[in-house]
Amino acid sequence: MTTVEQPPIGFGRMHRKEDARFVRGRGTYVDDVVLPGMLYGAVLRSPFAHARIVSIDTAAAQAHPRVKAVITGQTLEGLKLAWMPTLSQDTQAVLATDKVRFQGQEVAFVVAEDRYAARDALELIDVEYEPLPAVVDARRALDPDAPVIRDDKEGQADNHIFDWGAGDEAATDAVFASAEVVVAQDVLYPRVHPAPLETCGAVADFDAVTGKLTIWCNTQAPHAHRTVYALVAGLPEHKIRVISPDVGGGFGNKVPIYPGYVCAIVGSIVTGKPVKWMEDRSENLMSTGFARDYHMRGEVAATRDGRIRALRVKVVADHGAFNGTAQPTKFPAGFFHVFTGSYDVEAAYCGVTGVYTNKAPGGVAYACSFRITEAAYLIERMIDVLAYDLDMDPAQLRMKNLLKPEQFPYPSPTGWEYDSGDYPRALSLALEMAGYEELRAEQAARRASGSDGPLMGIGISFFTEAVGAGPRKHMDILGLGMADGAELRVHPTGKAVLRISVQSQGQGHETTYAQIVAEELGIPPDDVDVVHGDTDQTPFGLGTYGSRSTPVSGAATAVVARKVRERARQVASAMLEVDPGDLEWEKGRWYVRGDQGQGRTIQEIALAAHSSLELPDGVEGHLDATTVYNPPNLTFPFGAYICVVDVDPGTGQVKVRRFVAVDDCGVRINPMIVEGQVHGGLADGIGMALMELIAFDEDGNCLGASFMDYLLPTSMECPSWELGETVTPSPHHPIGAKGVGESATVGSPAAVVNAVMDALKPYGVRHADMPLTPAHVWRAIQGRPLRTDLAIT
Amino acid sequence: MQVPAHFEYERATSVDHALALLAKWGSEARVVAGGHSLIPMMKLRLARPEALVDINDLEELAYVRLDGDALAVGAMTRHADLLASPLVGEHYPIFHEAERVIADPVVRNRGTVGGSLCQADPSEDLSAAFAAVGAAAVIRGPDGTRQVPVREFHTGPYETVVAPGELLVEVVVPVRPGGWRDPVQGAQRRDRFEAATGGISERSERGWQGPGGGSAYEKVERRVGDWAVAAAGAAVWLDGDTIGDAGIGLTAVGAAHFHAPEAERFLRGSPATDAVLAEAGRIAAEHCEPVADQRGPADYKKHLAGELTTRALARAVKRARGEA
Ligand SMILES: Cc1cc2nc3c(=O)[nH]c(=O)nc-3n(C[C@H](O)[C@H](O)[C@H](O)COP(=O)(O)OP(=O)(O)OC[C@H]3O[C@@H](n4cnc5c(N)ncnc54)[C@H](O)[C@@H]3O)c2cc1C
Repeated sequence: MTTVEQPPIGFGRMHRKEDARFVRGRGTYVDDVVLPGMLYGAVLRSPFAHARIVSIDTAAAQAHPRVKAVITGQTLEGLKLAWMPTLSQDTQAVLATDKVRFQGQEVAFVVAEDRYAARDALELIDVEYEPLPAVVDARRALDPDAPVIRDDKEGQADNHIFDWGAGDEAATDAVFASAEVVVAQDVLYPRVHPAPLETCGAVADFDAVTGKLTIWCNTQAPHAHRTVYALVAGLPEHKIRVISPDVGGGFGNKVPIYPGYVCAIVGSIVTGKPVKWMEDRSENLMSTGFARDYHMRGEVAATRDGRIRALRVKVVADHGAFNGTAQPTKFPAGFFHVFTGSYDVEAAYCGVTGVYTNKAPGGVAYACSFRITEAAYLIERMIDVLAYDLDMDPAQLRMKNLLKPEQFPYPSPTGWEYDSGDYPRALSLALEMAGYEELRAEQAARRASGSDGPLMGIGISFFTEAVGAGPRKHMDILGLGMADGAELRVHPTGKAVLRISVQSQGQGHETTYAQIVAEELGIPPDDVDVVHGDTDQTPFGLGTYGSRSTPVSGAATAVVARKVRERARQVASAMLEVDPGDLEWEKGRWYVRGDQGQGRTIQEIALAAHSSLELPDGVEGHLDATTVYNPPNLTFPFGAYICVVDVDPGTGQVKVRRFVAVDDCGVRINPMIVEGQVHGGLADGIGMALMELIAFDEDGNCLGASFMDYLLPTSMECPSWELGETVTPSPHHPIGAKGVGESATVGSPAAVVNAVMDALKPYGVRHADMPLTPAHVWRAIQGRPLRTDLAIT
Repeated sequence: MQVPAHFEYERATSVDHALALLAKWGSEARVVAGGHSLIPMMKLRLARPEALVDINDLEELAYVRLDGDALAVGAMTRHADLLASPLVGEHYPIFHEAERVIADPVVRNRGTVGGSLCQADPSEDLSAAFAAVGAAAVIRGPDGTRQVPVREFHTGPYETVVAPGELLVEVVVPVRPGGWRDPVQGAQRRDRFEAATGGISERSERGWQGPGGGSAYEKVERRVGDWAVAAAGAAVWLDGDTIGDAGIGLTAVGAAHFHAPEAERFLRGSPATDAVLAEAGRIAAEHCEPVADQRGPADYKKHLAGELTTRALARAVKRARGEA
C-alpha cells in the first residue's frame, strides 16, 4: 500500500478528489439516472445521405403495445420545434420534415416502456424516401452542378455558407511577390470524431404541476443549454433546470444541443413521464459533432537561408449539412487565424470558405481550441515542407524563426496579442531531452548502412495555443458573453463550498478548484466542496470547452477567494480591534503587522463572521462572495514536441518509438492533473495522425460508424511519454495559469506526421495526409498517396 | 444502447443436448459460443436468430491435447487458452503468433476456436493458421461425426460446411516430424542435437523446435486489436536445405479457402533460399483477389499477401533450421 498522501494547502500534486467515486464505480452518469415511471426514447435515423421524404407511416409503431408516443417532424412542426438554431446561427432539423441531409439524420422518435420496445418500434415505422445525389467531396461542394443541400433556406441557391478572412491580404501578397522562395502544399485535416467513451444522452422530466422541466444531460455547457431551451421552446428560464452529472469525456462533442435532447423533452411533455434517451456508439459517431474536415492550401514565403517572411492559407471548411459549429459568433472559422503559430512573420492572410455537404453537422469539437488544431498542424507541416525544399534541419529552421522572449506581449499579424512566452527555451529543452543530435546521427548512420530495416524518422512540432474564451466584447456564443461566475461561501466552521459555472468531463475540477481556494485562503483542499454542473445551484457561465475553465473560471475562483479573504480581513480587524490596514496575510491567517503572534486563522474568522461579534459599519456578516470574471485576453500556452518513429517500408507500419513533450501552461495548479491532460492529448494526437478517420463513400455512407471502423489508439500504440515543462506565467491571469486541456491534442499530430515524413524522405515523399495508416504510408512510398477523406477504392 | 431483437435462449449441458436443442429449434436457431461475433451482429440486428443455444457449459469441448499423431483442439477452447498452451507453442508457434494478434485480451478470454472458424469472416486469423498447417475440422450432427479438411471448410464469406443442426466439435492438426511431440522426447532430442552440433537450437518461450519443421504468422493491422489488413501463416518442413513440404495460409486478401496451393507447390522440392521464398510470395499474391476497403486498396493488400507470405516463410525456415 502506498502511504496516505498529505494534500498540499494550495497548488501541488495531490490525488484527485473525484477519483474515490470513479474507481469504485460510484459515479453517476446520465444513464445511471432512473426515475419512477421513466420511459425510454429511441431515434429513427436516415439510411440515406440525401433524400426527399415522401411519406412517414407510424401507425404500426403507434400500435405496439409498449409504445407510448411516436413523434415525427410533423408533430414538432405543430409545436414550432421541427427546426432549432445551431450554435453558429444556422438552423438544424430536429426531426426531418422535407429532406434528410446526412446519413444518420433524425427522422422520428419513439417513446416506449423499455429500450427493447423502443428499438423494436423503430422497425415498424415506414418511411418512403426518394434518394438524391449526395455532396460528399467538400472541394466540389461549390461546383455549379452540385445538388443544393439547404433548399429549406430562403435564397440559398448553392452550398456556400461563409467566406471569412483574417490578416492583411495585400501586404501578404506583396511579400510573396518579392520572396526568394515560395513553397505551397495542399494539406487535409480529415474529419475525425471526439468519440467520448460515454455517448450523448439526456433524461427529461417535465412536471406538469409545477411547470418545471429538469434535464439531466451530459452537456459541457449546462447554462448555455438552459438559455437556449428557454429561447427556443418558450419555456420560462427559471422553470428549467439542467443538471450535468458525472460526464465520461466531452472533447467538444457535448457542447451542442442535439435533436435527441429536444425529442426527450417533447416526449416528456407529451407523455407526462420522464423520458431517457441515450444514443448508442454508432449514433454518436454518425450524427454528433465531428471535428476538423479542413481542406487547406498553405503557402510560405521565405528567404533562401530560411527566414520565413509571410504565410498565406486558403481553406475549404466542410461543415456538414447544418452549420452547427460551436464557436464565438464573430469567428466562423474559430481561432484558425492563429495560424502564424510561434513564428515571427512580416505578413499573413487566411481565407476560409465554409461549405455544406451531406455529412453530419458540427465542426469544432474534439479538443481543438476552436480550430487551433488545424492551424497548428498546417503551420508545423508547412515548416517541414519548407525545410524539405531548402534541405534544412527542421529544428534549426524553427529556432531561426521563433518569436523571441523580448517580443512579448506580441501583436500577431492576424490580430492576436500573445500574452507571454519563451519559445527558444522550450524548444532547446525538448531537443536536449530527446538527444536530438544523437538521434540525427543514428538516422544518418542507418541511412548510410543501406539496410532494408525500419526507416527512422524524427518529427518536431512547436505550437502556440490561444485559450480561455474570452473577453466579452469580442466573444459570445448566440449572444451570450463568455464570462463566468463563481460563488464562494465559508461555513461557520471554516469549511467552504465553491460554486462554479463550468463543469467537468474528467478534467478534475473538484480537485483543482479546491486547490485554488486552498491557495488563496489557506484551508485544506479537502475542506472545499466544489459544486458544478447544476444550473439551479451554480452561477451563470458558458461551460467547459476550448481549454477555457482554468483561464476563465479558475480566474473567477481566485478572484472570489480573494474577495472572501478581504472580507475576512475586515472581520479579523474587528476581532483583533486593529485597523484592517494594519493586518498582514499569511496563508490561512491574518495577523497584526509587526506582531506575528497576534492573529486569527481563517477558521476562527469564519466562526466570528457568523457570530454576534460587532462588525464595522458597511461590513456584512458571514464569509462569502460572488464574482463574474471577464477575461482581459486569452492565455497563450505553448510547447515543443518531438516524436521518433520507425517505419517498416515493406508494410507501411509506423511504430512510435519515443515522444518528448515540453509544455508551458504557465503556473501549474496540480502538476499531476496537467500531466494527465498532456498524456491524453498525446494519445489523441497519435490517434489522429495514424488511424482516426471518418470518411464517406460516394453515396455519403459514413465509413467510421463503429469502434471497429473508427480506431482509437490504445496503450500499445503509445510510447512511454517523456514530459518536460517550462513555466512562463500569464501576466494577466490572477494566478498566472494558462489552459492546458487541449495543448497536446493541438501540438502532437504534426510531430507524428513530421516524423513519418522525415522517415520517408529518402523516397522523396514531402507530404501525405492523415491518417497515416499502413496502407497510406505504403502508397506514399509508391508515390501514390491516398485521398483520405474519400472511401478507399 | 444497441439491443437485439427478441430471441429465445437455451443452455446446453452436453454435446448431445446441444444437438437435440438445435434439432428442436430448426434452422432459425444459432449456437452461441464466446458470442463475440454473434452478439454484436444481433445487437446491430444483422442477425436475428429465433433461439440461441448456449454451449458455454460444454467443458467437454474445451481442451488442447495430443491424440496420437495429432494436436486436438476442442471447439470451445478459448483464444486465451490456445495462446497459453505450451503444447501448441511447442509444435506450432504459428498459433501463438496468430493468437497474440487476434483482437485483445478481453475478446480472447471469451472468443473460441470453434466460433472463429464457424463465423467464417474473410479476415479471420485462425482459418489461415489452420489452413497453413493442414488441419481438419471434426463436425458432429444427428447422423454422427464427419471430418472435413479446413481447406474445404469454408464455402464462402460467412459460410461453412457446418449445416444447421450440426456442431463443430474439434479441430485436429497433424503433428509431423520436425516439431517434437512431447516435452520429454523433445528435450532429449534437443540435448542430443546440441551435443552433436555444439548447440544451435531455438528455445521458444516454452518448447523447442529442432531442424525439420517450423511455422510462423505475420499480420499487418491498423491498430492492435484490429482485424487484419492482411495476414499470412506459413509452415515449412525441411529436408536438409530443401523444402520438403510447405503450407501457406492467407487471410483478408481474397485467397480462396484461406490458402495458397500454387505457392506451396512451387516450394516443394525447391531450395530454401531468399529468392525462392520471395518467389513463393509473389505466386501467392498473384492468386489473391483482395477487395478495397478502409483497411487499404487492393494493390496494397496484394502486395502484403506477397510480402507477408515471404516474411512468414523466412521465419518458418529459420525455425526449421533451429536458427530463430
Ligand atoms: C473487437 C474484436 C476484435 C476482433 N479481432 C479479431 C482478429 O483480429 N482476428 C480474428 O480472427 N478474429 C477477431 N475477432 C473475432 C473473434 O475472434 C471472434 O469473434 C470470436 O473468436 C468468434 O468466436 P466466438 O466464440 O465469440 O463465436 P460466436 O460469436 O459465439 O459465434 C460465431 C458464429 O459461429 C457459430 N458457432 C460458434 N461455435 C460453434 C460451434 N462449435 N459449432 C457450430 N457453430 C458455431 C455461431 O452460431 C455464430 O454463427 C474479433 C472480435 C472482436 C469483438
